[in-house]
Amino acid sequence: MIRFANVYKEYPRTGLALNDVSFLVNRGEFVFLTGPSGAGKSTILKMIYMDEFPSRGALWVGSTKSPDIKRSAIPQVRRKLGVVFQDFRLLEDRTIEQNVAFALEVVDTPSDKIGTKVSRLLTRVGLASKATNYPRELSGGEQQRVAIARALVNDPFVLIADEPTGNLDDRATRGVFQLLKDINASGTAVVMATHNLELVRRNEYRVLEVNRGQLVFDSGDASVKVEATP
Amino acid sequence: MRLAVREAMLAFRRSPLLSALSVTTIAFSLLAFGLFSLVALNIRSALRSVEERVEVRAFLVDNTPVDSIAGLMEELSKRPEVQRVEYIDAEQALVRARAELGEFKDVFEAGFLPASLDIRMREGFRDPAAVQQVVEQVRLLPFVEEVRYGADWIEKLHRIRNIATATGVVLGIAFAAVAIIIISASIRMTVLARAREISIMRLVGATDAFVRRPFLVDGFVKGVLGGLLALLLTWLARTVVSKSFLEVDFFPPSIAMLGVAAGALLGTMVSSVSVRRHLSRLK
Ligand SMILES: Nc1ncnc2c1ncn2[C@@H]1O[C@H](COP(=O)(O)OP(=O)(O)OP(=O)(O)O)[C@@H](O)[C@H]1O
Ligand SMILES: [Mg+2]
Repeated sequence: MIRFANVYKEYPRTGLALNDVSFLVNRGEFVFLTGPSGAGKSTILKMIYMDEFPSRGALWVGSTKSPDIKRSAIPQVRRKLGVVFQDFRLLEDRTIEQNVAFALEVVDTPSDKIGTKVSRLLTRVGLASKATNYPRELSGGEQQRVAIARALVNDPFVLIADEPTGNLDDRATRGVFQLLKDINASGTAVVMATHNLELVRRNEYRVLEVNRGQLVFDSGDASVKVEATP
Repeated sequence: MRLAVREAMLAFRRSPLLSALSVTTIAFSLLAFGLFSLVALNIRSALRSVEERVEVRAFLVDNTPVDSIAGLMEELSKRPEVQRVEYIDAEQALVRARAELGEFKDVFEAGFLPASLDIRMREGFRDPAAVQQVVEQVRLLPFVEEVRYGADWIEKLHRIRNIATATGVVLGIAFAAVAIIIISASIRMTVLARAREISIMRLVGATDAFVRRPFLVDGFVKGVLGGLLALLLTWLARTVVSKSFLEVDFFPPSIAMLGVAAGALLGTMVSSVSVRRHLSRLK
């Protein structure tokens, strides 16, 4: 599914960001990725959607191996994943439905299929009534739901979420998180980086903790030595 | 594809000034090529009609033995650049001179004009260099008194044609360079303005080809518009010259189409190269 094998990442100017990271995410799993700021969470996620590549070691996303992958094959990998961010990354000059449709157009979906697919996705995230609104007319929680709808256009096997609730208040956080749980319940794996320890504590999902580029805790794998975090 | 066309239209609306400038510089580049190749084209057709009459005439010393003449004729006929060699004796020369000069025919007396060999050049060898070679062979023979040929102005026409061609090429390339700079700048602006959009496209799995496509369509459209504009301007220039100075030929339709195609090619290629460069800098 997703497998990291002794992955190291060295950035040109900041040095070692990941130090010998190995883990496995199974089909349909929900995984929290935690750790202090600068620990390497985003770096791990970027490697999964092939925005960054390991300096040493290797990782597999489905059957695709990084860093051996050809540049031209990356789009195909990304079509099997969905990615959402803290800052939503919506296009401000397009309506909600246009934002979602955009992701479908980009992968050459036949235009007669786009309409129904968009409305189905917007219904799924509970925003059918705001289809023709612009992002600035929506609350943060609603905007994140649009981003999630967009991430789901290709029926991904895994949803990558980098602090999806980082910009949201408690109520919106609960709502977005419930949506992620629902998506996971329907069979999509979710890998979510978060600082929200309460969310982590209150849910019985697997936790991967990174600190200074090392995997220091994996609740789903007894072989990883648990170390005290400072 | 529809998306690409839409995006390309958007590019025109987003930066109309830069777009217009791109089209204009492409047009100027092609216009330079067009105008000067039009000059070259017309000189060429003028040359062809002149060259058709290119003859080298070698006047012979009186009482040259027939053997020598026959020998020379045979030798000349063997040259690849010679089409025909004709012996004109004094009698014929007189007849011809009278025919050509009409009312002055009485001033010529028999025997006044020398006999000559008229050498006609084969097509494709009617340029100054080939003519010069034949002239050299004949000139130094003891029984050849003088050689005459229309070298001067043929050479002049050739030179004008070459200058026109060179000027067109140089100016065309200069404007093409300006077009390249401007198109590249406008693509850079568009890429930066759309950086966010492009990064989202990539994130949801757009191929590089897909991201580039609107830019290529945009370049193609600008190229075609530039080509058409150049064609229009060239045609206008020709019309003005035809009306006020002398009748000039225009390009045949196939060449005109080729000009527009060249514009399309220029626009598309420059866009392709420059969008590749600017996209790789993004990220
Ligand atoms: N593009 C980059 N170029 C250079 N260094 C980078 C880059 N991205 C991240 N880093 C460095 O790698 C380390 C890990 O960064 P990363 O973004 O993965 O942390 P994080 O765990 O996501 O932090 P946060 O919780 O604040 O988002 C940091 O020290 C950071 O400075
Ligand atoms: Mg991060």
